[in-house]
Amino acid sequence: MRIPCPLCGTRDRREFWYRGAAVDLERPAPDAGVEAWDDFVYLRENPAGPTRELWYHEGGCGAWLVVERDTVTHEIGRVALASEERS
Amino acid sequence: MVELVARTPCAGLLPLRVGAVLLDEVAPGALTSVSPYKGQAEALSKVLQAAHGMGFPAPSRATGDRQARAIWFGHGQAMLVGPAPDPALADHAALTDQSDAWAAVRLHGPGAEDVLARLVPVDLRAGSFPEGHSMRSLLFHMTASITRIEDGAFLILAFRSMAATLVHDLQTAMEAVAARG
Ligand SMILES: [Zn+2]
Repeated sequence: MRIPCPLCGTRDRREFWYRGAAVDLERPAPDAGVEAWDDFVYLRENPAGPTRELWYHEGGCGAWLVVERDTVTHEIGRVALASEERS
Repeated sequence: MVELVARTPCAGLLPLRVGAVLLDEVAPGALTSVSPYKGQAEALSKVLQAAHGMGFPAPSRATGDRQARAIWFGHGQAMLVGPAPDPALADHAALTDQSDAWAAVRLHGPGAEDVLARLVPVDLRAGSFPEGHSMRSLLFHMTASITRIEDGAFLILAFRSMAATLVHDLQTAMEAVAARG
């Protein structure tokens, strides 16, 4: 598996560290309530198909990346710097 | 007063020649990480140009020469190699003195690319990695910065604490390449 880093180019999977679903980019406000925080901390989708994930380019540029990946085919879609994905 | 004796990171380990490939230690001078503040990249590049003679490097590139280099070192970061940083740089970037924190070696000679091909999961042949290109990747098990400098040589930076491992891994690969004749 290879991931095209926007800064480094296409790199081998061994250079990356996997974080999980890209929910960290939408952290609830401190006063968002128990339900929103419960959802943020514990509840994850487990799709067979496209996912949006956070990967860390640990063995490369050190950037956090938002990676679209298909869990069925392992096809990698769009990859972007997490720093530019946050609104 | 205690008399402290300066030792380079690879003292006693280098230089090394295996077959046609050579590995030397480099005395890089001062090392300063330069991270531009948000929206300051362009202004920083101008100051860098005026003070040290080269612009801020694009991702996967290095600028400058033997006297002063700016090596792209990761997301929003470059390493100024050689001169003490001009104080004006601090107006646009966070500066951190990293002198003596990195081991710097130069790998060169015919077959240097074959040596790195055994350790680095990126194509470093001249066709895809010519002079002025730089990259962060893994050198066997550790992270490293690799730059193609003058005369086709590779400048490799790794953590000083891993200097012996760096030399060991390179030497093993050099011996394997030489054994193939
Ligand atoms: Zn990268």
